[in-house]
Amino acid sequence: MKVLITGINGNHARMVALRLLAQGHEIFGIDRRPWPDAPPNIHVFQTDVRKRPAADVFRQHRPEVVIHMATITHFSARADERLRINLHGTRLVFDYCHEFGVKQVVFVGRHTIYGAAPDAPLYRTEDEPPLAVSTFPELADLVAADLYAGSALWRWPELKTAVLRLVYLLGPARRGTLANLLDGKRVPMILGFDPLYHFMHDEDAVEAIIRTIDHQLSGVFNVAGPPPIPLSVLARGTGRQAIPIPEPLFRYAVGRFGLAYLPPGAALHIKHPIVVDAAAFRAATGFQHQYDAHEIMRGFRDG
Amino acid sequence: MWPRFEQVTSRDVLERLPFLDLPFDRYGMDPYGISRHHLGLFMTLLEGFYKHYFRVRCFGLEHIPKTGAGMLVGNHSGGIPADGGMIVASLFFSLNPPRAVHGMVEKFAQEWPFVSQWFNRVGQLPGLPEHAIRLLHDGRLLMVFPEGARGLGKLYKDRYHLSHFGTGFMRIALQTGTPVVPFAFIGGEEAMPTIFHAKRLARIVGAPYWPVPPYLLPFPLPLSCEIHYGKPMHFPGNGNEPDEVVEGYVEQVKSVINLLVTRGRAVHEQRRSGANLSEPTP
Repeated sequence: MKVLITGINGNHARMVALRLLAQGHEIFGIDRRPWPDAPPNIHVFQTDVRKRPAADVFRQHRPEVVIHMATITHFSARADERLRINLHGTRLVFDYCHEFGVKQVVFVGRHTIYGAAPDAPLYRTEDEPPLAVSTFPELADLVAADLYAGSALWRWPELKTAVLRLVYLLGPARRGTLANLLDGKRVPMILGFDPLYHFMHDEDAVEAIIRTIDHQLSGVFNVAGPPPIPLSVLARGTGRQAIPIPEPLFRYAVGRFGLAYLPPGAALHIKHPIVVDAAAFRAATGFQHQYDAHEIMRGFRDG
Repeated sequence: MWPRFEQVTSRDVLERLPFLDLPFDRYGMDPYGISRHHLGLFMTLLEGFYKHYFRVRCFGLEHIPKTGAGMLVGNHSGGIPADGGMIVASLFFSLNPPRAVHGMVEKFAQEWPFVSQWFNRVGQLPGLPEHAIRLLHDGRLLMVFPEGARGLGKLYKDRYHLSHFGTGFMRIALQTGTPVVPFAFIGGEEAMPTIFHAKRLARIVGAPYWPVPPYLLPFPLPLSCEIHYGKPMHFPGNGNEPDEVVEGYVEQVKSVINLLVTRGRAVHEQRRSGANLSEPTP
């Protein structure tokens, strides 16, 4: 099967590519960044998904499956850039999927779009509205991209569309929002709050994406690994020191004293939990996580 | 630096914790964020209040389901939710094997540092219908005060007069097929008589009211309390019944609670006058 992966140079996308290659699929990739040591039978096109050569990849190679992983967060780009890549890029990828006869598309999104709020339920189901659009403005472009991707379900019913909302990833790739938060020796917390954090291992996330393709899923699905644990336990388990900061001082402290920089909206995500109910995905695909919280944290600490 | 968990947790709590119906993982966490460690400390604190400060006696504990979902519904009183704490303690210390019960906490408390963290670590989640439905589907016990803050903040002159009951709890009980166990908490109104609401102070801390007793400090007096549990009530339906049907069910629950309150106050008077009560659990 011909599989096209956008943003193939991301660490998680590469893992997906290598797994699919091992299964005997023909892999194409689009990314702005080069992948110099890519295996010879992974065809990487170094271009932007929003540029004309990207359309030509669809036109000439006619992929049957597209995995859209070319999205970015506030850790790596500014607001205008994020909007262009996340929302406009997603729009173009879905347009191409429709235009060039792609059978199945997987949008790999994030659970943070549900947003943290004091009055939000602990376990979010897929029908919960994404609060992050107001609680965390730096995620607004990803909320829009997620909802736009989901709209393909009614606009083009013949295109099998799966929107995955993955919990935080933690593992050998050492990439992602949570890995960034745990980057330094010290982890900022807000004094008097210790929210549950929901995360899964990189390998389990890759497995979930592959199962989505194997089962030809259509719909919006939360994807999670082991049950959530408090941020303080997560910090300790990964060998970090949790630094509780009184909330009024939080915005002045982040980015200093060896703490990761976080935008002001992130305070809510460190104060209140975002935990998802992933039962629907497990039921639809038979997915079971292989790595429990202890293994994930120990691996990250020693890795 | 910190004393060990075993050193600061009472022996009775340590003995009862393993029999609790909660699936703790290797970090002592349950999927709803209850921590074994926090629960142990919380129960040790409650134990002092339950056994010595309020000298709580329970009647009708046999009506609590041994396993599976149940909704404990009763009167709210006493300015601060000490009654909720004593219900939690009664199912932990007087029921064999003990059971955990989830309260539905006022949403404003989620913004308070430490308070929200502790509530969450001991299973007292924000009062959202989503939480109630999920917990009941999971076979947990739920504690509901349909009067909410209205009941908690009632003045001493209105003591034991049930204020308006919401209908949300009944729709959830119908939807999930959960039996309702009515209860009356007696003694709370006398332990913390609210004579006045400090409105400005309440606004500053973001609470719906701030209770002021005659002795000013909003903390209950060490007076004895009783809990009376009634027979489980089952209602037919799926939660989509018209308001008038659901309101009728709610009225039935309310009248049973009223009955338990009336009977309980008579028992309370007896106990205060020194009569020996025949039925108390230890």
